[in-house]
Amino acid sequence: MSEFALKTSLPAYLRDEQTRIEKLAAEAGLDFFPTVFEILTYDQMNEIAAYGGFPNRYAHWRFGMEYERLAKSYEYGLSKIYELVINNNPAYAYLLEGNSLVDQKLVMAHVYAHVDFFKNNFSFRQTDLDTGGRTVDPVKRPNAYDPNRRWIDKMANHGSRLRRVAARHGVNKLEEFVDHCLSIENLIDLHAAFSGRRPKRLEEDDEQKVTEIPRLRAKDYMESFINPAEYLELQRKKIEAERDKATKFPEHPERDVLLFLLEHAPLERWEHDALEVVREEAYYFAPQWQTKIMNEGWATYWHSRLMTERILDASEIIDYADHAAGVLATSGGTLNPYKLGVELFRYIEERWDRGQFGKEWEDCDDLDAKRNWNLRLGLGRKKIFEVRALYNDVTFIDEFLTPDFVHQHKLFAFAWSNRNERYEIESRQFRAVKEKLLFQLTNGGNPVIYVEDANFDNRGELLLRHDHQGTDLRQDYAKEVMRSLLRIWKRPISLTTVVEGKAVMLRYEGKEHTTRHLRT
Amino acid sequence: MSLKIDQDHSRFRAIVRGKIRQNLRKYVSQGELLGRKGKDVVSIPIPQIDIPRFSYGDRQRGGTGQGDGDPGDPVGGDSDGDDEGAGPKAGSAPGEHLLEVDVTLDELAAILGEELELPDILDKGKSKIISAKDRYTSIRRVGPESLRNFKRTYREALKRQISTGTYVPGNPVVVPIPSDKRYRSWKTEAEPVANAVILYMMDVSGSMGDEQKEIVRIESFWIDAWLQKQYKGLDSRYIIHDAVAREVDRETFFHTRESGGTMISSAYKLCSQLIDDHYPPDEWNIYPFHFSDGDNWSMDDTLLCVELLKTKILPRVNMFAYGQVESPYGSGQFIKDLREHFSRDGRVVTSEIRDKDAIITSIKEFLGKGN
Repeated sequence: MSEFALKTSLPAYLRDEQTRIEKLAAEAGLDFFPTVFEILTYDQMNEIAAYGGFPNRYAHWRFGMEYERLAKSYEYGLSKIYELVINNNPAYAYLLEGNSLVDQKLVMAHVYAHVDFFKNNFSFRQTDLDTGGRTVDPVKRPNAYDPNRRWIDKMANHGSRLRRVAARHGVNKLEEFVDHCLSIENLIDLHAAFSGRRPKRLEEDDEQKVTEIPRLRAKDYMESFINPAEYLELQRKKIEAERDKATKFPEHPERDVLLFLLEHAPLERWEHDALEVVREEAYYFAPQWQTKIMNEGWATYWHSRLMTERILDASEIIDYADHAAGVLATSGGTLNPYKLGVELFRYIEERWDRGQFGKEWEDCDDLDAKRNWNLRLGLGRKKIFEVRALYNDVTFIDEFLTPDFVHQHKLFAFAWSNRNERYEIESRQFRAVKEKLLFQLTNGGNPVIYVEDANFDNRGELLLRHDHQGTDLRQDYAKEVMRSLLRIWKRPISLTTVVEGKAVMLRYEGKEHTTRHLRT
Repeated sequence: MSLKIDQDHSRFRAIVRGKIRQNLRKYVSQGELLGRKGKDVVSIPIPQIDIPRFSYGDRQRGGTGQGDGDPGDPVGGDSDGDDEGAGPKAGSAPGEHLLEVDVTLDELAAILGEELELPDILDKGKSKIISAKDRYTSIRRVGPESLRNFKRTYREALKRQISTGTYVPGNPVVVPIPSDKRYRSWKTEAEPVANAVILYMMDVSGSMGDEQKEIVRIESFWIDAWLQKQYKGLDSRYIIHDAVAREVDRETFFHTRESGGTMISSAYKLCSQLIDDHYPPDEWNIYPFHFSDGDNWSMDDTLLCVELLKTKILPRVNMFAYGQVESPYGSGQFIKDLREHFSRDGRVVTSEIRDKDAIITSIKEFLGKGN
């Protein structure tokens, strides 16, 4: 990093702006990690963006693909990346060389709000390296909060770990295996860090206990009456069933499929390394997509506030407004997370300023009274700071999206119409919109998959269960993923799910995929 | 400046190359690439290079959006949801997200060559020197500091220090003095460049339909690509004929339809004329390609063609290729006649093209000899 940092440190005029904006942001109440800004040319920017913000990650073709995509859309003038900020302590932020001064200032204000979010939102606690990824209490933290989040180093370590593997076992072999690992990288338990439970290791208890069937004491000639053979048989079955239950493995369905495989799949050492790297990085990135709407909303809220109130001078306001309009634009009916987030934060602030909450407000049926409801409490600022610490996108939408808001911002739910072969607006009803939105956000939009049984059919096969919530899995992809799972688990893979309303079991043994309907 | 991403990028390009190779037959037979050709690059749609994950099928999922419209209205455009989290992940063709990659014609030709195992064309000694290039491949003792070669300079310094005994292995400090300095320098290399011309001839008589012309078009695209790779300066000329022949531009070549009869000899005459006028055989590699449905007017004309080939054309060209496209009226006799007269002449290559799927084998037949 050091050599890199030297070449890319800010020129003096931007450093002055940074100092000024940092001070203003702190005065406004933002609480951030120390933040290091660097300035990059567009190809360096595209490179780092392709690596997800970390210049020293392990080598993989998908980063190259992402780079090609970014580079192309920049060259064709379709998009450019203005800013990139990394959840790290100290935080790193990258500016694009050649942007106008207004843009650079906007980006800096935006970045400080992001870093404040990284530091304060509970979801990001699981990226603290010193708590070992285990944070039972999401809120409590020491007063001078200075966690170890040196992910830049950690990612670089991952990089060199896998480079060593590549050197020893060959690039192609590693890449092929990493592809398999990445296929299942979304099978993690987003709440693992806060659940406080660790899946217990199965005790190595190989000795077969002889099952002694309890008998009543009886004289020889009474034996067949007091302990009839059928009864003994029944007892024996019962005991065996009990024992089978105890040895069911895993005891509880396991949602962190990656962890389960790490601990129990027959992996070679280098395979273990690769899978572990993929898993750790998946957990690092998880909070970012769990809080996308909030995080962008928060940053947008603050950059617009700081820019218009403190930073800009009159000559810059048009440029700023033009740019801000671009960021918040919704086009073609798509939902812009920046816009949704910032509007919700402003909405919450206004409601709490005017006292529009609590039992009295909920119980009020008079629309007119509600519209003019203003208790002048001025609690808005305090509330949004609280919200940015304690919510993620799912709870944020669940709690603060109101029928009023949906109506005001013209939100709608859409669905595929088989008849017209296109996506159509399905409903503008609050309930429908909220349901769709929450569904999109729940588990990061990923299906929920559990490890159900690691000794399926008593043959050491892996049984997974898809917790079907009304939407089927994409079949061709599911089959590919099962192929990857087989490569890792090395025994046949089965998956129970629902396809077009019917419970089915998909199975892959290494040659072909089979589908069996299950009776329910 | 070299970027670390280059390594991953080239891995990705290698995968793309593999995908193109895998699907080459499809691209060739469907002629998909014709409309996608830019100046030097072809933009190729690649089916899905992606990491499969357990994910939801797109159609059942739907999503949320923002804006005007009533229930039942289509959602704005068929915009692909980009990775903006809550944006609708809609697409006009879910499950078939095509990735467009740009491949240079050169690279495409290389892929074609690999897949069909085409041999490189042997140099016929018809190269003339047209350019002298400076290449930085040599080393000098003087030069500007910006061209200083660090490795060589330090190696010289190390040599000097070892030989004078001032080098201490325990404290390996190497200090170059001015006479150690080495600089990168250029060498002028004469680059022989071979020129080639393709003379396309096509029968546009009534029996050649659109389907047949499409086949010729696709085939000529690949022939162009391959020969372009082999020769730096490549020229193309186009001749159409029915009972008479004339030279046209590329556009007209593929879109003209006449209704007359067929006199193949007219085309061969014109072809020979063109060679006389513009392409002295000792400077040019000449490739006549003739496409027809093989229905010639008369046996006499066919014999005239054979005569022309023997005396005027064959002695001056690298190879003569004849492709017979099957038309709705069946396919003619001409290919058999050619095969009869030139069965032992390696310079005449014939190929029957039944339908689009046969294009690829015919390309191999044409270019597989390395003439």
